[in-house]
Amino acid sequence: MTDPKTNIESADAMPPPPRRTESRVTAAMRELRKAPLSAKIGLLIIVTYILVAIFAPAIAPYGESEIVGPQFDLWSDAHLLGTDHLGRDMLTRLIYGARNTVGIALITTLLAFFVGGTCGIFAAVFGGWIDQGLSRLVDVLMAIPALIFAMLLLTIFGTSIVNLVLIIGVLDSTRVFRIARAVSLNVVVMDFIESARLRGEGFGWITLHEVLPNIMPPLVAEFGLRFCFVFLTISALSFLGLGIQPPTADWGSMVRDTSTLITYGDITPLLPAAAIAILTIGVNFVVDWFLHKTSGLKDEH
Amino acid sequence: MNTNSQEILLEMRDLQIEGFSDEQWHQIVKGVDVTLHKGEVLGLIGESGAGKSTIGIAAMGYAKPGCRINGGSIKFDGIELTTAPEEQKRKLRGSRIAYVAQSAAASFNPAHKLIDQFAETVLEHGVGSREQAYKDAKELYEKIRMPDPDQIGFRYPHQVSGGQLQRAMTAMALACRPDLIIFDEPTTALDVTTQIEVLVTIRDIVDQFNTAAIYITHDLAVVAQMADRIKVLRYGETVEDADTRTMLADPKEEYTKSLWAVRSFRKEEIPPPPEPTPLIRVENVTATYAKGLVPVLYNVDFEVHRGHTVAVVGESGSGKSTTARVITGLLPPQEGKVHFDGQELPKDYHKRSKDQLRQVQMIYQMADTAVNPRHKIRDIIGRPLSFYLNMEGDAKERRLRELMEMIEMDPDQFLDRLPSELSGGQKQRICIARALAAEPSFIICDEVTSALDQLVAEGILRLLDHLQQDLNLAYMFITHDLATVRAIADEVIVMLQGRIVEQGPKDDIFTPPQHEYTELLLSSVPEMDPDWMDRVLEERKRRGGMSAAGN
Repeated sequence: MTDPKTNIESADAMPPPPRRTESRVTAAMRELRKAPLSAKIGLLIIVTYILVAIFAPAIAPYGESEIVGPQFDLWSDAHLLGTDHLGRDMLTRLIYGARNTVGIALITTLLAFFVGGTCGIFAAVFGGWIDQGLSRLVDVLMAIPALIFAMLLLTIFGTSIVNLVLIIGVLDSTRVFRIARAVSLNVVVMDFIESARLRGEGFGWITLHEVLPNIMPPLVAEFGLRFCFVFLTISALSFLGLGIQPPTADWGSMVRDTSTLITYGDITPLLPAAAIAILTIGVNFVVDWFLHKTSGLKDEH
Repeated sequence: MNTNSQEILLEMRDLQIEGFSDEQWHQIVKGVDVTLHKGEVLGLIGESGAGKSTIGIAAMGYAKPGCRINGGSIKFDGIELTTAPEEQKRKLRGSRIAYVAQSAAASFNPAHKLIDQFAETVLEHGVGSREQAYKDAKELYEKIRMPDPDQIGFRYPHQVSGGQLQRAMTAMALACRPDLIIFDEPTTALDVTTQIEVLVTIRDIVDQFNTAAIYITHDLAVVAQMADRIKVLRYGETVEDADTRTMLADPKEEYTKSLWAVRSFRKEEIPPPPEPTPLIRVENVTATYAKGLVPVLYNVDFEVHRGHTVAVVGESGSGKSTTARVITGLLPPQEGKVHFDGQELPKDYHKRSKDQLRQVQMIYQMADTAVNPRHKIRDIIGRPLSFYLNMEGDAKERRLRELMEMIEMDPDQFLDRLPSELSGGQKQRICIARALAAEPSFIICDEVTSALDQLVAEGILRLLDHLQQDLNLAYMFITHDLATVRAIADEVIVMLQGRIVEQGPKDDIFTPPQHEYTELLLSSVPEMDPDWMDRVLEERKRRGGMSAAGN
């Protein structure tokens, strides 16, 4: 052995990986090009919905609750998709519906993730009776069928958008709690968490800097799915008359309002339903791709 | 150790295997030749990533998922395995070629009894009936000196110890009396005192049944006991190939020589004379994991002085790591106290001040899980700087670079990387830098080298020694590897079942007379001498009492 140090270094050396000179944007673009067709379609759908939601007043031919023609008018040049039971333009309502339904669903999901995610990590990091208390509370909430529970609460507190967001947000946060707690439990047993605790770090640092970055992939995937469920719950409640209240355009209540047309073989009531279905499929395509990508990364290590 | 037949059993010619990662194929094994005669034992050694296991498994005509054999030939007893149909290969596996994996605990099905898993192979290959298999299993269990051979087979895997499980797996490999057994690091996960039992078993078996074997390991001393011939591998290529005695006495290649020299590292400096107040004093500590349970530590009492290294040795379950948890405050003891520099530390780490926490740092065994995989090196090492020392901006950057220089890594190249872009040894260096960043006076090293290859491990030991000289650090070195103890310790504490059985300066511990257990522990550490095991066995037999397979 000529020089022990060079020997050790060479034994320990790894082939140097190519340094990343490209920016995040180019990296993201490259990732996107490699994405499967289904993911691209999903992204296209989501982007379209978002654009429609943002620019609703500019795109829609009429006002949101403006009565512009006779009831249940047929498809024509003036009303591309006909009118509803009050004589409002269907296309306009569909476009505004994107804004209301998607927007409210998004806020609700964010609330559910904030509450459920924080409590879940909290329970995992502290363990003991805090974990027991939170987990049993969640079990109690989950024991009651969600839709019936939501209807009950909405009947008690009254149907307003704020109540709707709060109630569905809290009810859905129980599901988020469970997944956040489960994945965090796998992380909090790692030595680097012990190391952070021994360093004297507080709960905030451990949650935000040590645990959260490691549980992001499953949480993001869950976010996509949860968004769809929330979205469907709101539509279901609206269909039942307990969700978003008229005259605000909403896809769920639009299905209910025009449902009589089904008897006459008119497909108009299916349009808002299709809008819901297409977005759900689009989100799931993207979630699938994301899950596949993150699980693929895991295999490498 | 007999090579009584010159008949060739296995012949691999110009073996090429590639693996798929990062969306392309990489060559893992680059043209290796292996010739194995009947009844011969070949030792394959090399660092992790050298391709030893891949070659071992290829002897069965198998490549792991994500790998494929893309060249060369594998001839087993006249059958070409690279082109043989899957059906034919499946018949060979288990009956004529058997495989013993590193982790027996992970390889047994926890839902079935040992003896049924033994019988499964026999029945599957139609070698005999269940009754015959049971009878044979009991005979084999007796041969490998398992306790209570008639009954032990009816236990479930979790009801026997790790060493017994590994031996049961060896017995299982023998079920169909194969011509070739592949041992893939069968003792790496075991304590030294258990390891020697398993090694004896394997050697007896190979001798008695004249079975050929491929023995894969990274431990040179072990391979010296087991193999007739040794093949040194590096980066998927053969470095050197010779019979064991020639190879040990006269290695030809530079790389082989460097492997052989690894164990020569010795700390040379004499530690400074102990100060009147010890830096850490553990006073009569008794600890349990939960109220009412049996204590895991009994009256543990020792001191660590500034600039000294205290090695704590013992088998798994002896309480080494628990002692560390008591000192760090993760496990408040039932009785006893921990003093730092003359002052009593609060038992629970929550109650310790930032400065008390800063003074005691810890380096872990698995560097992989000890650093947050989502943090850059800069953040991992930088956090203690800003947390304890309120360093920000330029001062922090300067200190970061200084620390990287201390651990002999290039700051420009590594500071902005993620841990996954580093090798195992580099990650361990990062953990050392993180501990140093807190500017502690006491560092607990929990098996810091046991997950690393020997060359890399030696680099880490040298680094730690070097840092101790420069910074007058005190170390508590938890290890089960006595070679490490010899290399780095000033004082040694031997633990058994939660008690300290012997403690004192290194030289006192390593020279007789010793406590009975210390002696057993020391004599179980393999040496780089092919006759070592025979000598130890003879010695133990002479004294009676402690047989090699003593349970």
